[in-house]
Amino acid sequence: MRYAETGFNLEVDLTRGNIERVATDPRDTELYLGGLGTNAKILWDRVGPEVEAFAPENLLIFGAGLLCGTPAIGCNRTIVTTISPQTKLMAFSMMGGFWAPELKYAGYDKVILRGKSPHLVYLWINNDQVEIRDASHLQGKGAIETAELIRQELNEPKAQVAAIGLAGENRVYYASIEQGRSSASRGGMGAVMGDKGVKAIVVRGTNDLNVARPEEYMELCNEVMEYIKWREDHPIPGVIPILSVLGSPQEMAIHDEKWHTENFSWGNSRVRRKNFWNEEIAKEWMDTMNSMRTRLISCYNCPMKCGATLTPPGQSTFMMKCFTKLTYTMAAFSNLDFGFKIAQRATEYGVDGYSAPQVMAFALELLENGILTDDDFPGMPQDNEERFYYLLDKIVRREGIGDVLANGTHWAAKEIGNGAEEYAHNNIKKHEQLPLKLGMLNPIYFLMYCTGEKINVTQIEGQFPQAPFPKREHREKFVKDWFQVPDDRFKQYFLDWEPRGENSMPYYPTVEMTCDIVDWMERMHYIDDALGMCAGLSSFHLKAPYHIHNYPKFISSGAGIDMDEAKLTKATKRYRTLVRAINIRRGMRRKDEKPPKDHWKKRIPELEKELLDSYYNLKGWNSDGIPTKESLHDLGLDYVSEEFFQRGILTDGEDASSSEASAE
Amino acid sequence: MTEEKKKKTIKTIKIDVDKCNGCRACEMICSSFHAAPKYSSNNPARSRIRVIRDPLADIYIPVYAGDYAVAECAGRDKYTIDGKEYDECAFCRASCPSRDEFKEPDSGLPLKCDMCEGEDEPLCVKWCIHDALVLEEREEEVEEQDEKEELEIGLESLADKHGLQKIIDALSRMSEKE
Repeated sequence: MRYAETGFNLEVDLTRGNIERVATDPRDTELYLGGLGTNAKILWDRVGPEVEAFAPENLLIFGAGLLCGTPAIGCNRTIVTTISPQTKLMAFSMMGGFWAPELKYAGYDKVILRGKSPHLVYLWINNDQVEIRDASHLQGKGAIETAELIRQELNEPKAQVAAIGLAGENRVYYASIEQGRSSASRGGMGAVMGDKGVKAIVVRGTNDLNVARPEEYMELCNEVMEYIKWREDHPIPGVIPILSVLGSPQEMAIHDEKWHTENFSWGNSRVRRKNFWNEEIAKEWMDTMNSMRTRLISCYNCPMKCGATLTPPGQSTFMMKCFTKLTYTMAAFSNLDFGFKIAQRATEYGVDGYSAPQVMAFALELLENGILTDDDFPGMPQDNEERFYYLLDKIVRREGIGDVLANGTHWAAKEIGNGAEEYAHNNIKKHEQLPLKLGMLNPIYFLMYCTGEKINVTQIEGQFPQAPFPKREHREKFVKDWFQVPDDRFKQYFLDWEPRGENSMPYYPTVEMTCDIVDWMERMHYIDDALGMCAGLSSFHLKAPYHIHNYPKFISSGAGIDMDEAKLTKATKRYRTLVRAINIRRGMRRKDEKPPKDHWKKRIPELEKELLDSYYNLKGWNSDGIPTKESLHDLGLDYVSEEFFQRGILTDGEDASSSEASAE
Repeated sequence: MTEEKKKKTIKTIKIDVDKCNGCRACEMICSSFHAAPKYSSNNPARSRIRVIRDPLADIYIPVYAGDYAVAECAGRDKYTIDGKEYDECAFCRASCPSRDEFKEPDSGLPLKCDMCEGEDEPLCVKWCIHDALVLEEREEEVEEQDEKEELEIGLESLADKHGLQKIIDALSRMSEKE
């Protein structure tokens, strides 16, 4: 018997209309856990580097995390994996909500889409009955609207729906997949879904999902619950509000936006507005929030209320969480009222709330600077905010300049030429980033920006404080109950970290410590992404309920796989390396691993080089960022190095010499 | 027959729908607790509590499984409260032939909330840390019920078998003949 997982994937060939229920190999679970880990294994095995995002051979994998559907609190995430049209690399975007547990109860761990449907369809998974249904009547419908229409036509109010809007249908490179209060937004998942001709995947499940050692597992869950309650009463002092409490950043609950509005950049990630926040704005924005927000809501089996239901006057209801609250507002130099209203439309269209506003601000900047002209925007209104609605419509319909902008700032700038590239300034690996422009290089963040293969920094950070605490006594107090660290040396790193003087940024934490810290933080995110755990109760947070010490027990008693900290660390390193291997096979190298040029004003090239060299070495990658033969062998990934040698990505002499060079 | 006062503990779960965050932890833990062996499996479809949930309409109502009803009601009800329309028979706790609620998904056998016998409090209450579900216990004096007469027991079992309406129809036909 399989525990925590069902042991079956649903393979759907959209070209032929064929559906198969395929048993999976339990050994793969042991090696790659589930979710992101096993998704990566499938992508490595089946999608070669020659396959483009919009080729029928590309896969779109919806993987429920290993522990989704069990009582593990907050474990509800679907890891969507494919080749991104924007970055041309492996993309994995995740969504919370209710979809992954429902898929487990329907009897599957993953849905794997391949091929392309000749016409628009949706997939209806009702336990053992799975059918591909015509969706021509849903063409052009909003993502949330689609979910409602499908539930009605199937008469299944309890079915969970993941759907795309017009942006996905038109293959906008930053189209999202929307699912109630959650979405898989980054990396163009929705574009690939639209390319495959799939409007929605609908799931209803009423089967049992087993756990291996029930009493033991429940005790772990109860401990987590108690700790969540304790943390609610004991917010971490000395850090900004959204970092002091658990959950996805509590953007729907808090009103004080001084920190975001004054520290993040407005427009096309350009302008810092210090002293922006004042009482008048605070009151206006609070009134907006209170007039539109009906309720704070949660994902499946989670007490954190990170999302909200919003109803802008005269518009239909939608749900929101996290930082999309401010991305449209800040891109347009506008207010929260505008931000919510346009976000409603953007959510129905199904676009990423990070990339879309930035692309629009980028277009207007090109117009201001004469790189684009009025002729490129026929019929565009004069009003600033109306322009954003205009641009959003053009983009999701791929009309005129919208067709160019729909590919994101990197590709749009290339196509527009005439110096436009300078304006696509906030990308990593061709993907738009949070609008942050800061002063002095931060080595920890430097490594995360460079090497994060999620290509989204919030998905790697969290376990270690972002900044030193002013006094030693504060730090001593902080480390006292910091049992989540994998080793006590991390406490020492933090204790000795001073805001100023010898032990301060950018030379303290030292290069070695920095690598250690980043490796730990990244590892925790990768564990979450395999188990389906929300980072809001885990890797995104200081002193989280889930950590390296209780995770092995959850996996052992839940999935029945013998696990300890060393084995879990190694498994995580295995599929993390596999994610890198997929991208290396697709041509990613050290030259691609850099933050936006203007992210920090003060850069230190020698230190940056040393950081990357050392981190690559720690990870078992050579000086070009390629996993070495030895490290691949250690991880049981000989099949990867064999292919690397066949393709000339590794050669005997080169591999040895570059690992020696980086070990210096 | 004598009438005697007797003490009885009334367990009430106070449901505050305004506090519900729609996470369905109550459904999850209910199905887990009632699995055999305990906690060995999860399946909200087996839960004895369900959250009537329509996020876009801001509807979140936890409802507990009550008694099994052999026959459906003669008519149905549909509520609109504060402009929110609820599904037909939404608030009803019965497991009845008119719908799939509160039945085991495989066998169709009826489910009924047992307040998690043996636990300090029902686990749905324990897992609802926002207090949308709160247990309240009080003592009440109740009158000892009269023993049922033989005839009534007989009629009840007939009603169980054929449905009450059929028995009433039969009785009225019989009385017309007399």
